[in-house]
Amino acid sequence: MAEKKKRLALVATKGTLDWAYPPFILASAAAAMDWEVGIFFTFYGLPLLNKEIDAKVSPLGNPAMPMKMPFGSKGFQNINWPMPNLLMANIPGFESAATGLMKKMFKNKGVASIEDLREACVDLDVRMIGCQMTMDVFGFSKEDFIPEAEVAGAAAFLAYAAEAEVNMFV
Amino acid sequence: MANVTKLDCSGMLCPMPVVKTKKALKSMEVGDILEMVSTDPGSMPDMHAWAKQTGHELLESKDEGGNVFKFQIKKTH
Repeated sequence: MAEKKKRLALVATKGTLDWAYPPFILASAAAAMDWEVGIFFTFYGLPLLNKEIDAKVSPLGNPAMPMKMPFGSKGFQNINWPMPNLLMANIPGFESAATGLMKKMFKNKGVASIEDLREACVDLDVRMIGCQMTMDVFGFSKEDFIPEAEVAGAAAFLAYAAEAEVNMFV
Repeated sequence: MANVTKLDCSGMLCPMPVVKTKKALKSMEVGDILEMVSTDPGSMPDMHAWAKQTGHELLESKDEGGNVFKFQIKKTH
């Protein structure tokens, strides 16, 4: 189509496994609809640009997160296990276990992995922009990131976002 | 004659059916038909929105029952 493409500008500020999903899902869906898409990764969103994504999830301090098992009968899978913070904070390896369970649950249900979604974004020419300031603060270098990643500052991203029909902060 | 390409998105959840559809269209010629099957109920509203946004023609979208959805898309550009 000859008309100007719609544009989506996203800010990704969270790097946990659960919060890594929304920016990549929205970005790949928008790009699949022929929109131009750019994601600005800042603060805890930066590690999502790393060549190897090592995102984890923590139910600690997140009372809204369902604690369910990805195996067993349907009735068993629907049980929400109450986990007191005090208990979660003191079991070694609890976060790794919770991360493993969430990955398994997502896989069983047919949700794509973060790696697959990011690859889809790259294939569909989504611009991945790392925030220079937070890279300096947290000690990231461009070499840590996938080769498609660009680096820019707030002003450059805002100039891009100013031309976008849809802007979101995740 | 329009070529027909088949795409099976069974078992995939959002946003993969639209992502795979877009990818499949890339290697097709204008006027060709894509037949896509999905099992995600969300793909019904999603495919209608996708067609409206991209301008490709959704010739058919059918709820076959039992969570099977069939779409026929014509590549228009």
